[in-house]
Amino acid sequence: MADSGAAARILPVLSAPSGHDSAPRHVSGEALYIDDIPEPPGLLHLYVGQAARAHARVTRLDLSAVRKAPGVVLVLTSDDVPAKNDISPFAGDDPLFSEDLVRFMGQPLFCVAAESLPKARAAAALAVVEYADLEPLVTTEAARAAGSRIEATQEMRLGDAPAAIAAAPHRVSGHLSVGGQEHFYLEGQIALVIPGEGPDLHVWTSTQHPTETQHVIARVLGCMDAAITVEVRRMGGGFGGKETQSVQWAAMAALAALKTRRPAKIRLDRDDDMVLTGKRHDFEIAWELGFDAEGRLHGAAFEFAARCGHSADLSHAINDRAMFHADNAYALQSAEIISHRLRTHTVSNTAFRGFGGPQGMMVIERALDAAALSLGKDPLDVRLANLYGVSGDLTPYGQTVTDSVAREIMEELAASSGYRARRAAITRWNAAHEHLKRGIALTPVKFGISFTTTHLNQAGALVHVYTDGSISLNHGGTEMGQGLNIKVAQVVADAFQVPLASVKITSTRTDKVPNTSATAASSGSDLNGMAALNACNEIKDRLAAYALAAFGVAPEFTAGGVQVGERTMTFKAFVNEAYLARVSLSAAGFYKTPDIHYDRATHTGRPFYYFAYGAACSEVAVDTLTGENKVVRVDILHDVGRSLNPAIDLGQIEGGFIQGMGWLTTEELVFDAKGRLTTHAPSTYKIPTAGDRPEIFNMAIWAPGENREDTVHRSKAVGEPPLMLAISVFSALTDAVASVGGHRVMPNLDAPATPERVLAAVNDLRRRAGG
Amino acid sequence: MGRPIRFLLDGGVRELSGIAPTLTVLNLLRYHLRRTGTKEGCAEGDCGACTVVLGELEGGQVRFRAVNACILFAPILDGRALFTVESLGREGALHPVQQAMVDSHGSQCGFCTPGIVMSLYAAQRSGATTDAASLKDALAGNLCRCTGYGPILAAGATMGASPDTAGDGALAEALRAIQPAEGLELEHKGRRFFSPLSADELAKIYEEHPQATILAGGTDVGLWVTKQQRVLETVISLNDAADLRGIDDLGGSIRIGAAVRYVDAHAGLARLHPQFGELLRRLGGLQVRNLGTVCGNIANGSPIGDMPPALIAAGATLVLRKGQARREMPLEDYFLAYGKQDRQPGEFVEAVIVRKPAPDRIFRIAKLSKRFDQDISAVCAGINIGVADGRVTDACIAFGGMAATPRRAAACEAALTGQPWTGATVETAAEALSQDFTPIGDMRASAAYRLEAAKNLLIRTYVEASEAGEDIRTAQAVAYG
Repeated sequence: MADSGAAARILPVLSAPSGHDSAPRHVSGEALYIDDIPEPPGLLHLYVGQAARAHARVTRLDLSAVRKAPGVVLVLTSDDVPAKNDISPFAGDDPLFSEDLVRFMGQPLFCVAAESLPKARAAAALAVVEYADLEPLVTTEAARAAGSRIEATQEMRLGDAPAAIAAAPHRVSGHLSVGGQEHFYLEGQIALVIPGEGPDLHVWTSTQHPTETQHVIARVLGCMDAAITVEVRRMGGGFGGKETQSVQWAAMAALAALKTRRPAKIRLDRDDDMVLTGKRHDFEIAWELGFDAEGRLHGAAFEFAARCGHSADLSHAINDRAMFHADNAYALQSAEIISHRLRTHTVSNTAFRGFGGPQGMMVIERALDAAALSLGKDPLDVRLANLYGVSGDLTPYGQTVTDSVAREIMEELAASSGYRARRAAITRWNAAHEHLKRGIALTPVKFGISFTTTHLNQAGALVHVYTDGSISLNHGGTEMGQGLNIKVAQVVADAFQVPLASVKITSTRTDKVPNTSATAASSGSDLNGMAALNACNEIKDRLAAYALAAFGVAPEFTAGGVQVGERTMTFKAFVNEAYLARVSLSAAGFYKTPDIHYDRATHTGRPFYYFAYGAACSEVAVDTLTGENKVVRVDILHDVGRSLNPAIDLGQIEGGFIQGMGWLTTEELVFDAKGRLTTHAPSTYKIPTAGDRPEIFNMAIWAPGENREDTVHRSKAVGEPPLMLAISVFSALTDAVASVGGHRVMPNLDAPATPERVLAAVNDLRRRAGG
Repeated sequence: MGRPIRFLLDGGVRELSGIAPTLTVLNLLRYHLRRTGTKEGCAEGDCGACTVVLGELEGGQVRFRAVNACILFAPILDGRALFTVESLGREGALHPVQQAMVDSHGSQCGFCTPGIVMSLYAAQRSGATTDAASLKDALAGNLCRCTGYGPILAAGATMGASPDTAGDGALAEALRAIQPAEGLELEHKGRRFFSPLSADELAKIYEEHPQATILAGGTDVGLWVTKQQRVLETVISLNDAADLRGIDDLGGSIRIGAAVRYVDAHAGLARLHPQFGELLRRLGGLQVRNLGTVCGNIANGSPIGDMPPALIAAGATLVLRKGQARREMPLEDYFLAYGKQDRQPGEFVEAVIVRKPAPDRIFRIAKLSKRFDQDISAVCAGINIGVADGRVTDACIAFGGMAATPRRAAACEAALTGQPWTGATVETAAEALSQDFTPIGDMRASAAYRLEAAKNLLIRTYVEASEAGEDIRTAQAVAYG
């Protein structure tokens, strides 16, 4: 039986922290990414011909000059798709190549396969395309006015929030715009397809979802899933941007390889990648709170409108998660959460670390800041008064929160960061300085763990033990830098009590573990770690049965070797004996998360197995003349349960925070009125650089953390939750701007808080405070 | 035609011929030499995933510079040593920089990692200080999307001194052996690349090929090739013209030659005024400052170059040369209109002469951008005001990002000159910027923000210069509470 919760067991890594398994290869340049694989002879290079309109009918697509251009071998359009021209994850609304209707600027019209990439690119420029222009719906507002949606507006209700708010002693309301975010994985989208016999294709691709890549290619080509093998060794970053958005390019290369029987590679350069692939959804959010004089909530109403782009992609679930996290860590008492999912003529927005959760949390934190300001209270006190476990435990979707540790974490952090004294000092600073203002905020994160689409919460693993005692580990998760492979390898090494070095991590392949879910929703270690553990336990059970039969005792796996009665054998000797006794040393493990269920029709159930918690305290400085702003200090305390690997977990916490900070400060996506993305390279789209890392950055794993559910070694997921710790930065900026009006008027600060937006908020506040 | 390109790689001399003159070092490495450790992240010199290190003879010593291989044309390797991540160590035999990155958990996805290793290697090789601020500057041109940078900064702090200095003598010797005796001249399928060894030679070649593209650091021209897919028929490089690399102290001013890179101009300009130092610190990443030139930033005529407003405010003059003929003009006169400068065919910017602002001047440079480090300015201001007896004697105020060219704000200057140096005067002068400029809005900032922020930069200058001056520069702010 699995003893995943064994409290006494300490993983080898906890006594000897181990870093990323690929680190020595990363730093030496030996780690292979797809473009580093030696190019096979006869390789074709693909380049995508893109629409120059956001919304238009294609009246003429003349590719004759493209076909005749030097080095061109093949030109593909929707006419060349053998089966279904659809690469969508489920909605059936996302063509590989647009047919006659263009739905976003850059949408693939065709693809050139040539002997070299420069030749393919030069040829693509020779296409003659004529359009009959249609009015593009670029913004959320425009789509809403036109009634353009990807699905019906969704509603989630707890009690009668409008009545509760109306009856509450105090009310505040407002509007918040939250920008999108480009993933900016350093390795752009890429796929390399090598044809085998008949319809067989071997697909190397940088994807978080090998299974879906396999299924979509089979759907496009009209072949069996079994003919397509998708392999992923590692990605140069994913962050959600390679969950669905990687599939299209792999499918193009597969089509070219199938048609020509030649290997084919497609690699998007940075500008094309940013134009052609979806991003985090931007939101417009209206909100209203009702509360008492102590700041205790009576009810909350939120109305979300999200720009989904031209197709559904994963927008249903992403917007659902925004609704799930509109409560963040707080018992709202009553809630009305309305969510509009708008179809626009822009690139299809997609998964991004947090998956809608960050946008949902932004609004409740903004609303609590406003409530505190209206009462003249410290926002921290209002937050503490409304936490789950303090003022209630029922979520708007009917799940009872039983594991909240938000209060413990926040109080510990408030003490360790010196929050109270620093707030007082900052108040004094602001009173004495007219132009440079400071702000501070301490905000919590409570993030629900599980795919909210319940059936996705399953995973498989394949473990082979060889007669030399080495172990081959394969599982359905993909490695994008998050350290999933090393964590699962630790679990396996621990199960057999063998050195980590004897576990061989192998690339993720659809022919080894089938029907996997995306490596997403922070679920990688929870699901694949358990599947691998179950595979190990199955092998151990067989070994135990063998030992019982052969020696009359069950074996005990220890760091010193396998104990069989009085005998101590090496692991190698023991498994070798078992092999000679004809014991199978290979097992496929499977895991499904227990106890979760969700009814999307009513938006009720228990979508989450458990919650991950954390809190951050951020201090900022703002120049009220220019809006320039800087995060000067950050303190973080984060709950990862019992850490499988503290080095890896701390890396996720810091990396997530800085990525979230970028989202809320410097990273701005700009679409012009015609729907053209004008920020499509790092020259114009600014992710944080080393200088943006706050000079004082204190971070710790919350020591008492332990998952109350039976997860792998009682750990907690860590991929996404830390990103939302950065909401403390936004609240601190709001606090600094509010100081301009002596905290009497709530700033209308929108995200990202670029210098321009901060200055606009300062000016707006001055107008309202003075007028 | 001509001799091959000769450079050092892993201790050996490599020769290159038969390559397109604008082949990038990145593509040379990845697709010709199959050294795939160096990655392409953006192909525009903004992310640093392609960082390699150049070793170059300078005064008999080897100078090490981290540069972006993605926008570096291969002929520039001539006479230099190239170091890539493969030059350092392999798994099992890592270089101390690489080991420090492993020990600090400095890699997650690993894609930016080789570039970061090379930036740290260059810092270590150069004996750079490794306090957090210096490391942040050394790494500002290396984007990492995974780590949040803390582990990378920790690696820099613990990597120790370079173990490689013992080989510097031999390296210098090997470099001396491949120093070109004559300028490089390549021809490939009708396209030509010249890299003359002197200004005279350059002037002659440019007169003969007035349609050629002048290549200095290539931090702009490189993008014409990688981003715009332009084919450059003839290129004349300044990179080997030693006499264009000089910074001459003229007493009260300095003369910066056409090939002087930002990194080399930094100290001289910072001595003229510390405000120049901070401007240069924030200009590009170190890789860009290691290639790009002050004069190139002027010559290309960009309306958003960081240097021109500051230099105009400091009263800089420009030296242009065609053949043996030279002319000098106030820098502000060089910029005629968008994309149009006062430069004849075959004429090139040979130097810029920058005057030291007198100590009693109010001299401020301000740059507004979405990100403090390594960003292109939305607005850049150079402000130079003389005040005597409480009155403004004269003012030279120049802006970038506010018009089609960098230029002075005549109405604003007029509103200041002769007036008492008071908040009221400054507010009036700030308002006058509305007459001087009608900026456009773009992805960096709206028109309204540009104008308002420009006005406020003048007001900020006044506040900071006033007696109880409040230091408002957010970039300098540290934790208070």
